Parts: sequence; C-alpha cells; structure tokens
Amino acid sequence: MPFYEAIILALQTIRAQKLKSFFSVIGVFIGVTFLIAAVSIVNGMNSYMTDKFAGTIIGVNTFQLRNRPNVNFNVPDSVWRAWRRRPRITFDDADAVTKGLTVPVLTAWYSEDQGTVEYGGRVAKSVDLQGAGADYFAIKNLNIVDGRPFTAQEVKAAVPVVVMGWDLADKLFVGQEPVGKTVRIQGLPYTVIGVVEQQGNLFGMSLDKFVVAPATSPIQRDVNPPRVVDAVMVKSKSVPEMNEAMDQVEGIMRARHHLRPTQDDNFTLETSAAVLDFWSGINKIMLAVGPGIVGVSLVVGGIVIMNIMLMAVAERTREIGVRKSLGARRQDILRQFLAESATLALAGAILGIVSGILLSFILNAATPLPAAVAPWSVGVGVILGAGVGIVAGVYPASRAARLDPITALRQE
Amino acid sequence: MTHQEFITGDTPLPDIVILTHKLAREYEMGTETVRALRGVSIQIRRNEYVAVMGPSGSGKSTLMNLIGCLDTPSSGEYWLNGQKVSDLQDDDLARIRNKEIGFVFQTFNLLPRADALHNVELPLVYAGMRSAERKKRAAEALGRVGLADRMHHRPNELSGGQRQRVAIARALVNNPSILLADEPTGNLDSATSNEIMGVFKDLHKQGQTVVMVTHEPDIAANAERVVTLRDGLVHSDQKQAA
Repeated sequence: MPFYEAIILALQTIRAQKLKSFFSVIGVFIGVTFLIAAVSIVNGMNSYMTDKFAGTIIGVNTFQLRNRPNVNFNVPDSVWRAWRRRPRITFDDADAVTKGLTVPVLTAWYSEDQGTVEYGGRVAKSVDLQGAGADYFAIKNLNIVDGRPFTAQEVKAAVPVVVMGWDLADKLFVGQEPVGKTVRIQGLPYTVIGVVEQQGNLFGMSLDKFVVAPATSPIQRDVNPPRVVDAVMVKSKSVPEMNEAMDQVEGIMRARHHLRPTQDDNFTLETSAAVLDFWSGINKIMLAVGPGIVGVSLVVGGIVIMNIMLMAVAERTREIGVRKSLGARRQDILRQFLAESATLALAGAILGIVSGILLSFILNAATPLPAAVAPWSVGVGVILGAGVGIVAGVYPASRAARLDPITALRQE
Repeated sequence: MTHQEFITGDTPLPDIVILTHKLAREYEMGTETVRALRGVSIQIRRNEYVAVMGPSGSGKSTLMNLIGCLDTPSSGEYWLNGQKVSDLQDDDLARIRNKEIGFVFQTFNLLPRADALHNVELPLVYAGMRSAERKKRAAEALGRVGLADRMHHRPNELSGGQRQRVAIARALVNNPSILLADEPTGNLDSATSNEIMGVFKDLHKQGQTVVMVTHEPDIAANAERVVTLRDGLVHSDQKQAA
C-alpha cells in the first residue's frame, strides 16, 4: 500500500472520530501552541528591544554618566547598598565633564521625576517631569512639531519655559494651541514653547506624557536635590568616538572623586548595551524555561498518542486480521498505523500552529507585549508534531503488524 | 480416489489446484500438545466444488487456515496452484493470500466504516493496483454478485445476504485460484443461505474452484464432493451429484 493511501486512510479514521482525535492530540496541540506563542514573544521582544527600547531609553552611540545603573536586573542586595552610598552627580561634575570632553559630542544634563501639570482647571497627574540641557532634544532625536525647543541661553538664564509630549498637550489643551500658554508644574508657572512629535508606547506606557524644562529652571527643585543631576547624556557620532568619550569621562570623574588607581569607579557609564544585557538576562530565562515546557507537553502528548494508538490497535484487531487475510503484509499494517499516528499528531501540531499564531496576534493587540511569529518556529512545530507522532506510533504499529491473522480474525 | 498417488519430491499435476501431503499441525497448549491435523492428504482439481465437513474438533478449521495460508503446517506439504507454499513465511504467505485465495467468512468481516466498493477494493490495494483500475474492477465484481446498485452503501446499510455478497465480490476481485468459504451461511437464514448457495453454484459454473467448510449437511449438499474429517484425519471423501 503506497504511503499516500495510508495517509488518506488515516484522515478518514480521524474524521470518523473527531472528538476522540482532538483529545488524543491535546498534548501536542498545547506544546506547539506554546512553542509558537513563546517564540513569537521572544522574537517580538528581541526586535523591539534592539530596534526601539534600547534606542528610546538611551539612544544610539550614546552613554549616560550616572551614579548607579538605571537599568538593572537581578542585582544582589549588597551591590545595591554599595550603589546607594555612591556620591551623586553634581552640577559641578556635569559642568566639568561637558567642558573636559575633547571628542566632538553633544552633552545634556538630565534629571527626572513624576509630578502634576495643570492648565485651565485640567490636571494631569503622574507626568514625567524632566529637567534637561538644550542638546537633550538632539540627543534623544525628539522632533518638535509645534513651536521650538529651548536654547542654551534659556538654560543658562534658567528661564521657566517648557516643551511637552504630544499626549499631555492633547489632554491639557484639547484642540487649543498650546504654544504661548502658561501651565503650572507642581504649582509653578511655565510658558509652553513647543510640542514633541508623538512617540508611541513602550510596554504599554505612553512615551508622550512628559514635560521638559531647562535643568536650571525651578523644575530642578521638583526633580532632584539642589545642584544634583540624575545623569549626563553624551552622544557621539560613532562607536569608537563613544568609547573615547567614555574613557575621558571616566578619567575626569575619577579625578573629581579622588579615586586611587586600586579603587573601583563609584559612578556608572551606561550605554544601550547595558539595556540589551538586561534584556538578554530575561531572554535567557525564557529560552531555558520555554523548551522545557514545550518538551514536557510533547512527551506527554506522545505518551497519550501512544496509548490512543494501542487502544486503536486493540479495538481494530479484527480489522487487522481481515486486512492480513486479504493480503496485507506486515509493512502495510505498520505503515497504516504509523501514518495514522503521524497524521494525528501533525493535525494536532497544525491546530497548535494556528492557535499559537492567533495567540501571538491577540497578545500583540491586547497586551503591551510585542509578539511577532517567527517563521522557523512554524517549521519546528510541524517537524516536532510529525516526529512525536512517528515516535509514539512505532510501538503500537509494530504490535499491530506482528499480530497473527488467525488470532486477530477470531477476536470479537 | 482417482488422483495419482503423491510422493514427496513430486510436483502436482497441472490441473491440481490444492494438494496436501501428510499435512499435520500441532499446537502447544501449556504442557499438552494438541494434534489438530495428523496427516491429511487431499487433492482438489481446478473447478471442483468441495465441501469440508466434520464435527467440531475434527480439524476442519485448522485445515481451512492451512489451505488459506493463514497458518503454516508442523509437517507435510501444501501445494497451491503449482507452488509449494508450506515452507513460506509471513510476507510471502500474505502475497499468496492476496493473489490466490478469496476468503468468505461466516461473519462477513467487512470493514464497517468503508462502503461496499471500498471493501471490495481492499485486496487490490494490497496488490498495489492504481485507484482508477481498482474502482473499475471492484465495481465489476459487485456487478457479478448482483450489487451494482449498492456500491456506496456501508455494511450496516445492507442485509445479511447483501453483506455476504459484498464479501464474495471482495473474494473474487483478484481472480483467485480458490474461493475459500468458512461457514458462509452460518449467520444467515435459510432463504438467504439458498440465495448465497446459488451465487456459489453460478461461480462454480463459470469455472471457479470453491472450497467450503461447513457443518451443515444441507449446505454441503450443494457441493460436488464432500471431504469429511474426523480426529484430524480424512474420514471420507465422496463425490456426489450436485
């Protein structure tokens, strides 16, 4: 009997017993669904992290001087305590760094906290309040779509002007022109001079709910202790220049903190690589746990299929006897049952692929988790499904093939 | 007996379809050895219609299994259509069953989920025939047993007599050397039994060799020769007017 006939026969058997067939492949179904969905999430997160997240938080060819890392993952308590004892970055430090750098770079002071912004009776809470230098907009690639950014002179003169994010402007001004209006940030008045182009979401958080004022303006009282900044941002044109700038900043800061050669840095230079390290930590866990869950469901699925096939062989002993009496050879019977279990498992895998893809779309649409189906995972799903079916089918099928026709025919 | 005496080392005459020579079959049942057949020598010519009779335990089922190539003898020879098959194993026997033997069982043994046409097609599937040719031959075979209009009925949509006709069509579809029937009327009422016997008679007239195992004298009366077994040996072998 040719193989395609065995497959047609298998499809007929599956069609005759839809519900039973579905339950027998539920393990494979769940395993493959999980495989596709988990890989989609990891895959989606990967491209998200490398393309967007790292760039958004820190920026390309950019590093930040901080007293301790902003992005961290799985840090022991002792390290935390050491970090908290570190001196903060002061205005003087920031100044010295800005002036000491000989590599062509853009630098900006930066501090942030959360606070309230009011305009004409409307109140926006938990707004990201940022104090920054004039080059901040260039470093973060923020486009001003309405008005203008603040200038270095305004920063120097500590003028209370503010540039705000799209969503916040939309919320406070509802169709009115924001530029020229006066908003109150934590109670103090600022003149709106610009609105930044819409940035979108990151893990479900709006990136457009912020205000940026000159770091020297009164906002400094809201975002930091006096004369202290969260970070100094430094953006260079290329990776080698960034590395050179990092060396210079390290030298300047070590000198300012009077560190001896044997002492470690008590400040941090954070690049987007740090963000990606953070991500690869999470990624590693998912990649370690994922195959485990997929493997367990597939093994369970395989055992279920093996049982179902053993039952099928027992139930259809007489059919096997009839087929043998009509001239079926061992390999014909073997092939019939192998094809049946492989087709069964493959059908389960295909269902799993469909539901995995649907699940990724739903996750993508309904949750902040970015998910993108990886084409290779579909191939792996198909191969795993068919493989489980064949492995699980070998024993039942060979039992069927070895049946003695006389005994088989005699069975009621 | 009109047959020539057979000696080990001979080959059967060309018109002998079935030849058994001192055919014996023993089973181990726990510590006991059951000697189901103790040396049966029979010869059946092409186009004979033979009934094998005997009380239960006489060895007729064992003989039928051996003739049907479902089993191998403990000793002795079995020649089927000029080929010595008593030494063959498993897959070779499957090929012989497929080509040379058409089984008709007491319980019909049709596949319940397949329609009549597909049931009849089965031997051709295992013969490796292509689908279109198979369907044509299966339809012809169903026509021969008068079921041309029932091709797409499943067994549970057919009467007992019709099911047995499907089984006969299945047995004939490969043009086997022998039609081997095991109590073919055992599950049928007498009217239907007569109908099936009519089919057998027609097939015999058309040149088919028929071997039928039965314990009913009425049914055996349809055959032109009756072989009676007792205690694993041939007790009588008589020609009769069919």
